[in-house]
Amino acid sequence: MSSWARWSALFIACFFGSLAAAGDYPEAVFDIGRAATAEEVSAWDIDVRPDFKGLPAGSGSVEDGETLWLEKCALCHGDFGDSNEVFSPIVLGNVTEEDMATGRVASLTDPAVVRTTLMKVATLSTLWDYINRAMPWNAPKSLSPDEVYALVAYLLQLGYIVDYDFVLSDENIADVQALMPNRNGMTMDHGLWSVGGEPDVVGSACTRDCDVDTTVTSFIPDYAMNAHGNLKDQVRDYGPFPGVQTAPVSSAVVESQPAEPAAPEAVLMANGCSGCHRLEGALVGPGFDAIRERYRGQDVADYLTDKIKNGGSGAWGSMPMPPMAQVDDSAVAELVGWLLETN
Amino acid sequence: MSSDELPHQGVLRPAPESFLSGELISAISRDGVDHHRRGLLRGAFGAAVAAMAGSAVASDPDILTPPEWSRTLGKPVATNPYGLPSIHEQNIIRRQSPGLTQTDQASVAFTPLQSMFGMITPSGLHFERHHQGWVDIDPRRHRLMINGLVDTPLVFTMEELMRMPSVSRMHFLECGANTALEWGNSAVPTVQYTHGMLSGSEWTGVPLSLLLERAGYDRRAQFLLAEGADGSSMTRTINMENALDDAIVAYGQNGEMLRPEQGYPLRLVVPGVQGVSWVKWLRRLEVGDMPYAAKDEASHYVDLMPDGSQRQYTAIQEAKSVITAPSAGQKLQTKGYYCITGLAWSGRGTVTKVEVSVDGGRNWREARLEGPVLPKMLTRFNFDWVWQGDAALLQSRVHDSTGYIQPQRAALVAVRGTRSIYHNNAIQTWRIAPSGEVDNVQLG
Repeated sequence: MSSWARWSALFIACFFGSLAAAGDYPEAVFDIGRAATAEEVSAWDIDVRPDFKGLPAGSGSVEDGETLWLEKCALCHGDFGDSNEVFSPIVLGNVTEEDMATGRVASLTDPAVVRTTLMKVATLSTLWDYINRAMPWNAPKSLSPDEVYALVAYLLQLGYIVDYDFVLSDENIADVQALMPNRNGMTMDHGLWSVGGEPDVVGSACTRDCDVDTTVTSFIPDYAMNAHGNLKDQVRDYGPFPGVQTAPVSSAVVESQPAEPAAPEAVLMANGCSGCHRLEGALVGPGFDAIRERYRGQDVADYLTDKIKNGGSGAWGSMPMPPMAQVDDSAVAELVGWLLETN
Repeated sequence: MSSDELPHQGVLRPAPESFLSGELISAISRDGVDHHRRGLLRGAFGAAVAAMAGSAVASDPDILTPPEWSRTLGKPVATNPYGLPSIHEQNIIRRQSPGLTQTDQASVAFTPLQSMFGMITPSGLHFERHHQGWVDIDPRRHRLMINGLVDTPLVFTMEELMRMPSVSRMHFLECGANTALEWGNSAVPTVQYTHGMLSGSEWTGVPLSLLLERAGYDRRAQFLLAEGADGSSMTRTINMENALDDAIVAYGQNGEMLRPEQGYPLRLVVPGVQGVSWVKWLRRLEVGDMPYAAKDEASHYVDLMPDGSQRQYTAIQEAKSVITAPSAGQKLQTKGYYCITGLAWSGRGTVTKVEVSVDGGRNWREARLEGPVLPKMLTRFNFDWVWQGDAALLQSRVHDSTGYIQPQRAALVAVRGTRSIYHNNAIQTWRIAPSGEVDNVQLG
């Protein structure tokens, strides 16, 4: 590092009273760590900026994107990116030709309109970067650059930003950026970026007979008080402020029924199963209720063990289940035993 | 009634039923009054009357008869090699808000603020917010890379980072979406869900400024990208001003290594800035000359204004306070003295004053600040109050070292509307009914 840089850092540090200034430390501190190799930097430096710096060369068509989407994305996001089942919708319309021309999505002012990704996002790089680093949900970083281009192209077509025969590439992506419906919709005109920023709203300092409206305008209705469970059980049951009983108190003796075996929830949570499977109803994969129903009474313990360990697809649709090899054998046995009610 | 008219001290007068043991009350509710119980009742009421008259009280059987823990041999050391809370504290746990999210991997578990003391959050109760699940990283295989506008891109192992000069600082961590559910109306029933994406911890690690210095960062660069090593590899743009000021590349939390849910073995700490920027499982820092428009600063964590514009790169958590007890979902048991307690914090500096109102914001009195009062850290406040058994509307209001004062909800909504999701730092109101029950309300 140049001595100018060192001096300037020292100056900045002293001026802002920061935690560390180079001069505070022995020179030997600056020997710790090593230079990264070019190969290492390129392996990890995957971000794509709004000016598309970092974007790998490649291309993908809307048509290829559609095929990939149906295979890898549609179960969570819906065939047309419109599902609100697992995540917020990506595309739902609500964008007009005038929005496309002005680069401001007018329906963002309408509380009745559900906000979608394509209504909000100003930067096309965001879609490329995020799909590339984090999708699909259960297998991040498994897509090739061309596949990411194709998926972004498909989403753009769903939003009527490009036509069905479009092929998105590093060559034309900047041109498509100029079509993004909410490209002019962001502002940094606010005080929350910098610690010294100007607040937009400051409270009153009044302490006596202040002019405030103390009418209660909103409260939680009785029927919703137990929506988060019995509040009595969510605080200490001794001390000055025990909890309010919100669950109905029933004196009747409930007729006992043969109970469903309790789900091994700890195992499901600890091993990531619940990321894709719910106890009831399909999520990314089938619900455990459907799996139990399909295999009830059958001698399929080995088959299910293999499915969990090695993954597969086709039994419940095209969405592949990744191999869950990290789940230890006793946990797999517990899961299979629970599914087949042989525990 | 003006709060100034309230006496500063009161005489504790338990209701007659407070002289009965819970066991006796439930026995009577279940089986009625028999000869034995009638005798006990008579004795209890006699004692109560005597107590009211200022003379003797009934003797406490838990004092007269040694309880079992006084008559047995206790457990050996290291029964729990990693200690656990008492079995009587099982209600004090992190909780999800049902229906808030569809998957448990992109979700929130809230901190039980209503049951906590002081300014430090036990690491096991620290709220969780993950974007693609949490991972438990092998620290031997974890690396931190610094690249971008630097003289030399660098790689550090954990061993190297933990060899470097370290600092320990206490700072609050608040999710930008804390209190998001309350913009439009009272939506959730306790302070755990309204304000529980909040914690205060001691963080230990290497000053970020030292690491940037080591890499020889470009002095003109105003932006820093932080990236995680988990599946989501979440990224956020950090203001270089924060990075050089007091940010820490942290591995320690409250005297031990970070919990996996908090980014073990390495996370970014950006004091005063919303939690999403404190990137967990930190693997890479890139010095840059423009902001990065990552997913969580282009699609989420943008604040929608009434004119349809979205405030982007909103980072600072402005001053905020909340009464944690008594709070919604709790119940005052008797008239008399109460210590109203809560937390106050500011992302721009230090808490200078907290005031409490018991009449919905008409009149305010100053609360006691419990020390130490530290910059960009939770400050515990306490306030003496004598409850006369009337309906009351409790509020707290913080002032910080920049002169900023926490706004009423109506003032905040007048400017920002109700759809901006993030950065709701409005004054919170708890209503106390004459029954003693407390609930979450909004005013005018």
